[in-house]
Amino acid sequence: MHGYEFYVDPSRCIGCQSCVEACAECETHRGKSMINFDFIDRQRTTATAAYVCWHCEEPTCAMVCPADAIKKGDDGIVQSSLKPRCIGCSNCVLACPFGIPKIFPEYEQMMKCDMCYDRTSVGKKPMCATVCPSQALSYVRPEEIGKRREKPTNVFHFGNQKIVTRVHMMIPAETDAVSLDVLDYMWEESYAVFSQPQ
Amino acid sequence: MAKAPVSLESLLDRFGPHPAYTPPGGWQDESRSPAERLVKTHCCFCGQQCGIQLKVRGNQVIGFEPWEEFPFNHGMLCPKGVKRYMQGGHPDRLLDPLLRTPKGFRAATWDESLDFTVARLKEVQLKYGKDSVAIYGGASLISEKSYLLGKFARVALGTRHIDYNGRLCMVSAGTAYKLAFGVDRSPLPWADILKAQVVLVAGANVADCAPITTDYLWRCRDAGGKLIIVDPRMTPICRNADMYLPVRPGTDMALYMSLLNVILRDGLERRDFIAAHTTGFEQVAESVRAWDPRTAAEKTGVPPESIERAAHLFAKAERAIVLHARGVEHQSKGVENCLALINLCLATGNIGREGAGCAMITGQGNGQGGREHGQKCDQLPGQRSISDPKARAHTAKVWGISPEEIPPAGYSAVEIMEAIHCGEIKALLSCCFNPLVSLPDAKFTQEALEKLEFFGVVDFFMSETAHHADVVLAGSLQEEEEGIGCTNEGRVIHIQKAVDPPGNAKGDSWIYCELAKRLGKGKYFPYATTKDIYEELREASRGGHADYFGITYEKIDKNMGIFWPCPSLDHPGTPRLFEDGRSFHPDGKHHFLVTEWRESGDPVSVEFPVYLTTGRVVSQYLSGTQTRRIGALVDQYPNPRLEIHPRLAEQYQIKDGDWVTVTSRRNDMTLQAMVVKTIRPDTVFIPYHWAGERSANRLTHRTLDPRSKIPEFKVSACRLRKADGPPDGARASNRTGNLSEPRKGQA
Ligand code: SF4
Ligand code: SF4
Ligand code: SF4
Repeated sequence: MHGYEFYVDPSRCIGCQSCVEACAECETHRGKSMINFDFIDRQRTTATAAYVCWHCEEPTCAMVCPADAIKKGDDGIVQSSLKPRCIGCSNCVLACPFGIPKIFPEYEQMMKCDMCYDRTSVGKKPMCATVCPSQALSYVRPEEIGKRREKPTNVFHFGNQKIVTRVHMMIPAETDAVSLDVLDYMWEESYAVFSQPQ
Repeated sequence: MAKAPVSLESLLDRFGPHPAYTPPGGWQDESRSPAERLVKTHCCFCGQQCGIQLKVRGNQVIGFEPWEEFPFNHGMLCPKGVKRYMQGGHPDRLLDPLLRTPKGFRAATWDESLDFTVARLKEVQLKYGKDSVAIYGGASLISEKSYLLGKFARVALGTRHIDYNGRLCMVSAGTAYKLAFGVDRSPLPWADILKAQVVLVAGANVADCAPITTDYLWRCRDAGGKLIIVDPRMTPICRNADMYLPVRPGTDMALYMSLLNVILRDGLERRDFIAAHTTGFEQVAESVRAWDPRTAAEKTGVPPESIERAAHLFAKAERAIVLHARGVEHQSKGVENCLALINLCLATGNIGREGAGCAMITGQGNGQGGREHGQKCDQLPGQRSISDPKARAHTAKVWGISPEEIPPAGYSAVEIMEAIHCGEIKALLSCCFNPLVSLPDAKFTQEALEKLEFFGVVDFFMSETAHHADVVLAGSLQEEEEGIGCTNEGRVIHIQKAVDPPGNAKGDSWIYCELAKRLGKGKYFPYATTKDIYEELREASRGGHADYFGITYEKIDKNMGIFWPCPSLDHPGTPRLFEDGRSFHPDGKHHFLVTEWRESGDPVSVEFPVYLTTGRVVSQYLSGTQTRRIGALVDQYPNPRLEIHPRLAEQYQIKDGDWVTVTSRRNDMTLQAMVVKTIRPDTVFIPYHWAGERSANRLTHRTLDPRSKIPEFKVSACRLRKADGPPDGARASNRTGNLSEPRKGQA
């Protein structure tokens, strides 16, 4: 969709996995979800994150592909592997700095997020960004994202590798350390009080 | 005799819940032969009733498409909404009416099963009197059906006992709003959340139970709004909160009285608003005097400084909103907890203007609409009181009977089960309600069901409760009958019929009209379509508080919903209540009401030292009758888990993934621990969506709020013991979830 960009903001994510379920409803890969979803560390926090392919300007996945099966379109979208070419070698899976591509053995092919090519090419938003109830995944105009508290960036550093991506990540304008234990918000000083009857 | 006819194993084998993973036609189907129609309708799985488009081919719902134009959710959906389409073609779907035999259930014809039902109901009523039969309804039903159920109970059966599962959901809030404002509705549209400077979220796990509201909270925050979250658990929305107050279960009222204490102590109340628009302020001011922050901190576990700071944040905002849900309402002082929150809003002049006020977050699919038109034991259509002679006269006229023929108020849902248990009620007809899973104290419910002389069920899947039925009438899903619902905003929406009920299943409204006919009352139920029922509902609600007279299906479609009250066809509806400064009370004032502290009905003690609180997870809906059959949702959270803080877990040498036996004064259950720092260390949490051995309601108690009659699901006392392994019966009842392999992130 012209003028729209994809933004990912894990701080908004509530871990509902609507994106995971909705991605599997997409007609081009129905039944398979391309979303990478994670509970960061459930014992310590409810924080969760859902990622799509970042659609790198210079996609590592494509560069390491021996079969030249991964193509980037003029629109900047890096497609799933071309079925006739893909040899299922997993080079892309290992090389992608974000851990995005997946090999589906039943299709003998690498598939990944293609930003809902079937939808965006006909003026619809990607499925995940449409349904996401927290808009942790959103597909909106840049002026819309300008109203957010967090700021977008699309430059990532992995060691010496600098990666510029089509998809933007939202980062806090100013970050404070946030405690993730209920204890730190409670009044009672010692645990002994808790198990006593009132 | 209402014991299950055959073993649980064989019932589960035949009727499920079996988790379905593939949509009708298989996964590749939609790409090969696409949908014929897109039906604009709404999700059935919570009070937000998100707009959604169902893909339909032939007589089958085969998928969904977001409905981005619908103004409430703009295409957003939680995973339940995404997967809701998997129900229609589900292999567990009941396709015929079923009659119980000693060998299990057998398919029957409609004539046989309806005649049987009517004969048994008549027999019981002849022997024991009219009120020996009770009706259970459900708040997930479209409003036409809930209206029909109310009329069916009172006109066709002449019993006073009809109540519904919204009794487990919205009644504390509803009662409080009626007492304070004279009307039971959230007074503001959700768009107001975006305009608030402070939002206080009180006992509402928005991320899991009202996911779309998350986006409203985040957008409020983007615009500079501050969030204060009160909950014994750090739910996902706490991560972005400006203040998090970890209240001890059952002590919410003390916290809110203390906030008011600080506000009045520091002179932050709006005297001019209080003088012009309210009554009862002085008494409430007096009643909170004892609740200084230090005293409240001792009760609630929230630091005094946090109480001070939250009070100042809230009171100094030009526009503040309180959002509350079952956390405060599922208590034996649920009504008073809501009143304490309303008092805060009234004292600070936060009502009747944009971006200010209080709102309840509705739980069930049609939680708001389902309680407005007569399936509540004490209400007639239009939110009228059944004991008000004028209301009775109006309703009787619409129904074509005399006012004396309308029975008086009956028992509420839990009281009905208690009356069954003690033998006062002998027969039950239940629609869209699974009390064995959703009522507190499941053992008691089971005993009661086994005592019934006749038990009839109308449902589309065989619920665990229906195992006890003499007859199961195969009814309809939400998308199989046209009608209306009302969302948590008070927005009346149009539920489109997408398909016919499959096989020999029938629309619920047809079933009730047929029963009425066979009871000799057919002339009062002359409806050919649900629209005919709606036309009568409009008339019946006319002049009541929930006035739908000016709302038609067409008008809803044109405006993407109409907010009630809407008294005439040219009336635009009322998105925000009280804008003229007047409440719905005859005196036009908002009423401050005194709240009085008392302990929970199941207090912690030396023997039961830990608080137990129960609730929902995002992937499951209520008793799970529907969502435990959808594979993708089952996999997200296959089994109940015990959330426990590492401090408490350490005391019992419980490690993550260990089996733990939780014992309350009623019963026990054994489940796996999930050791997390996101819950108070004096409290454990169990979600309640499962049946049998996995049912959290084995542990809960039947103490009710004296006015709303809501059970105290949020506060029980329990003790913990590390167990050797899974419970004996785990295999049978766990067949739909994988016991040994929790999904990533849950352990
Ligand atoms: S994120 Fe990974 S899969 Fe996506 S374009 Fe970049 S390298 Fe390729
Ligand atoms: S749909 Fe949105 S909120 Fe839910 S898991 Fe995905 S990114 Fe997170
Ligand atoms: S369950 Fe509620 S939030 Fe989820 S899609 Fe349905 S109506 Fe929307």
